[in-house]
Amino acid sequence: MKFKGKIWKFGDNIDTDAIIPARYLNIWDPRGLAAHCMEDASPEFAKLVKPGDIIVGGENFGCGSSREHAPIAIKAAGVACVVARSFARIFYRNSFNMGLPIFESRELWEKVQEGEEIEVDADAGFIRAGAALLPIQQVPPFMQELIADGGLMNHIARKGL
Amino acid sequence: MGMTISEKILSRHAGLDAVHPGMLINAKVDIAHGNDITAPIAIDAFRKAGGKKVFDRTRVVLIPDHFSPNKDIDSAEQCKMMRDFAHEQELIHYYEVGEAGVEHALLPEKGIVVPGDLTVGADSHTCTYGALGAFSTGVGSTDLAAAMMTGELWFKVPETMKLVYHGRLNPWVGGKDLILYTIGLIGVDGAIYRAMEFTGETISELTMADRFTMANMAIEAGGKAGIFIPDAVTEAYVQGRALRPYTFHTSDPDAVYHSVIDIDVAKIEPQVSFPHLPSNARGISAVGDVKIDQSVIGSCTNGRIEDLRIAAGVLKGRRIAPGYRLIVIPATPVVYRQAMQEGLFDIFLDAGGVISPPTCGPCLGGYMGILAQGERCVSTTNRNFVGRMGHKGSEVYLAGPAVAAATAVLGRLAGPDQLQ
Repeated sequence: MKFKGKIWKFGDNIDTDAIIPARYLNIWDPRGLAAHCMEDASPEFAKLVKPGDIIVGGENFGCGSSREHAPIAIKAAGVACVVARSFARIFYRNSFNMGLPIFESRELWEKVQEGEEIEVDADAGFIRAGAALLPIQQVPPFMQELIADGGLMNHIARKGL
Repeated sequence: MGMTISEKILSRHAGLDAVHPGMLINAKVDIAHGNDITAPIAIDAFRKAGGKKVFDRTRVVLIPDHFSPNKDIDSAEQCKMMRDFAHEQELIHYYEVGEAGVEHALLPEKGIVVPGDLTVGADSHTCTYGALGAFSTGVGSTDLAAAMMTGELWFKVPETMKLVYHGRLNPWVGGKDLILYTIGLIGVDGAIYRAMEFTGETISELTMADRFTMANMAIEAGGKAGIFIPDAVTEAYVQGRALRPYTFHTSDPDAVYHSVIDIDVAKIEPQVSFPHLPSNARGISAVGDVKIDQSVIGSCTNGRIEDLRIAAGVLKGRRIAPGYRLIVIPATPVVYRQAMQEGLFDIFLDAGGVISPPTCGPCLGGYMGILAQGERCVSTTNRNFVGRMGHKGSEVYLAGPAVAAATAVLGRLAGPDQLQ
């Protein structure tokens, strides 16, 4: 997995209410959710985000509710991947299960500015940000398989369970 | 090497003699449940993956509680999709409005989740059932779909943090205050990827209601699960209720923990978490003069009969402040009827409050008490994120029922001791 894109930078504890507010949870069409993605954290995000852009978050990205609408909204908005200092557990799991690539990097956040272009090379295990080459945590093989299959349900269907 | 209660439950459900933190395992789940927000996505995923029948119609549970009784057409469509699926699959645990309540109060009350279970729910507060000595954790809709289809799910075995509570509780201090204090101590990511095991002499004296409240909020510290070692209090609660045989597990004396944190409860006064994180907790004596517009008493955290009794005890013979709104939401029909029969509704109505049917309501900004810009609410719910209960320029303060009730009387943040 390799991604190259412009970044949107957010702080610590970006919760799922900020990613997709509960007032829109009577929608479950991905495009409908994408139209409100990050609305309470960055009101312009949904309008200005471009396919292939990358989200960079701080600590505990995706904390709060288990709503899968959050990674669905991010993916449907065209975001290629999310790199954060740490992720809330359910968001982490949901992202793999539905095939949104996410990566942990302790160092990236301090090194980049909003709008900068970065390159994420998960196969080689590094992120290129300007002159810096930063390691990313290795994704366990089982979870790489989930992403490669396009998520948990495709994985289950493929294995014929 | 010994194991924690969490490791024992996970190993047993994975069919392994032992597990250790970091292992990726596949385990059988006892119960998989969803609600009107999360189930539609799961049902869609279930069908797209070729699912025809759920793995066991007695172990898949669907509860309409978030936007029901339906607040609008879109919500009605979501509930209808879930209802149709429940009927098609002949699920025995589908509860319609009138018998449904807030899922995390309803499942233990009906004995659907029992000690020793491994359960998953497509709702982050599924960790509530850890109060019974079950390992239960919140998942997303795709996980729910997989569990409904196969009865199994992948898990990463978490490390466990042990929280040991000593000493005697101060007046008006309950489970909510202990957990807000704890989250204030360790932070909203203080238990990320871990199980939180609540123990100590203070815990053994807590009611089940207090334990449910504490386990419920493990997720607010990032925890995968909150769990209690079942004891005589647990036994008294599950006896006559449990729909299946249950097992009490305990942690071995030589179990290995990520960390052990000792907490002296004598230092804890009623807590309030200020906007916009549950970890912004402070004692009631340090809140200052904060004008509030609305109290909400209810939710999977504090909508049980014990909570309503505490609130009624504070409100009895008193009126809420002029222009103030008090919203009381019993968590289940059983709690509703009990509160009515005990005369608590008269107390709430005489005080100027309104009583809602069982629903999650305003907790997540659904309906039944949404805030306008600049408004403030003290709520017994579990989250105070930006925009959580309405306008992103509104504020939510988290507290237990005693503080929510006293605040309603004075119109500013206050504990019961400040009432005349």
